[in-house]
Amino acid sequence: MKYALLAFGDEAEWAEANPEEQAAVYERWGRFERLLNEREAALGGEELAPSGIATTVRKQGDGYVITDGPYAETVEQIGGYVIVEAADLDEAVEFAAACPSTNVEIRPIVER
Amino acid sequence: MPSHPGAVERAYREHWGRMLARLTGELRDLDLAEDSLQDAFASAVATWPAAGEPDNPPGWLLTAARRRAIDRLRRDATARNRLPLLIVDEGEDPAHDIGDERLRLIFTCCHPALAHEARVALTLRCVGGLTTREIARLFLVSESTMAARLTRAKKKIAQAGIPYRVPEGGELPRRRDGVLAVVYLIFTEGYAATSGDRLIRDELAEEAIRLGSIVRELMPGDAETDALTALMMLHHARRDARTGPSGDLVTLAEQDRSRWRRDEIARALALFRTAWRAGPDDFPGPYLLQAAIAAEHTAAPSAADTDWSSIAKLYAGLEHLTGSAVVRLNRAVAVAEAEGPEAGLALLAGLDDALPHHHLLPATRAELLRRLGRTDEAVRWYGRALDLVGTDPERDFLLSRRADTDP
Repeated sequence: MKYALLAFGDEAEWAEANPEEQAAVYERWGRFERLLNEREAALGGEELAPSGIATTVRKQGDGYVITDGPYAETVEQIGGYVIVEAADLDEAVEFAAACPSTNVEIRPIVER
Repeated sequence: MPSHPGAVERAYREHWGRMLARLTGELRDLDLAEDSLQDAFASAVATWPAAGEPDNPPGWLLTAARRRAIDRLRRDATARNRLPLLIVDEGEDPAHDIGDERLRLIFTCCHPALAHEARVALTLRCVGGLTTREIARLFLVSESTMAARLTRAKKKIAQAGIPYRVPEGGELPRRRDGVLAVVYLIFTEGYAATSGDRLIRDELAEEAIRLGSIVRELMPGDAETDALTALMMLHHARRDARTGPSGDLVTLAEQDRSRWRRDEIARALALFRTAWRAGPDDFPGPYLLQAAIAAEHTAAPSAADTDWSSIAKLYAGLEHLTGSAVVRLNRAVAVAEAEGPEAGLALLAGLDDALPHHHLLPATRAELLRRLGRTDEAVRWYGRALDLVGTDPERDFLLSRRADTDP
């Protein structure tokens, strides 16, 4: 099965981290990527720009409204995602636990 | 052979869980397995009374269920194709033990990715073999609500890819604890009812004990599983003495011990001793410690003969293991009995933040203050406990205690 691992975290913490701390986090993401590659589970993924940069488009009647900021204003925002191939939810949980992000939401990818 | 009127019911009671597990393994679809097995029982109800009970009822039912599954698959071919199948380990011995299938089903039903209420409902349905209507009645919700809960849970199992498998290695102990927690949750809902009448609660406790026996069969020699079953049996053996004639609560100290079920206690104690011998000496698990506490209580011929210092030690071990504030509360009660109310009160300090809504904390504090003759404070804490208490028998008990204390 394919799963999306959505990495949620406190953006303020990340923004306030000094370069050494950020480098350490990137180093952990690198290790995580290598683990996924070894297990032939990596199907891609990206880091996302912070939610302050986000733009939300909401449909209204026939038109739409553009607003600055993320769809939902919460402390924990999605900061990136990884798509993995896993045998089942247990393996996806194992990958999520190995992921450096503080919180990981696992969503199966719908295949039709 | 003429069919006994209860033959289908008996087959349901004895074989539902086994057959469902087997079909789920074969079909890799819990929903389809359950529907087809239900159909098979419906045709047994229709045909057995006239045609007679078959020689091999489970064999008959399995064959009927497999046929119905094929019918359903043909009929819904397009719809079914879109649903993911259960993930079953490949390369497994096709002749493996049926016990393995049931164990897998329990681990699937108790998977931590399911909500607690879904785990409980699924376990009662798929492992315990209760009907949706029976489960709904036990949890005081409508049948349609319970049916929706079960449907949602099965959908999550299929779509999220929750595997149909016994976890391996380091995962196993943790997941085993998860299964035991579900069984104990079913039991505690029955034992310390948060609502509802007593008859239903006794049935819930009995179902939990039955589930405990099933898990014991599947994980033989597992000390924690044996200990949990012994613990539940010990509590349940006191059911007749727990409430007075009008449903009022009777504390352990005031219970008429002649109304405890001695035969059940004897069986439970034998099981507990087996578990205690099998368990690790230096590091007994939480159910083993709780069963040891319950065993101390039931072994005492009267409340006055209770070995409170042993119980206090066991609670200290349990608190160390779990870090639970409720355990600390119980430990304080035991320490108060062993060393006096002052020592108990000291252990209650600092629990208010952890247990802000638990009526037993102010109730215990009130009781200990009453024993120390600090009646004004005791009356005030009884009032606080009354604000928080949830069931009528417990409320009546607190009211009478407060009335006795009031100077």
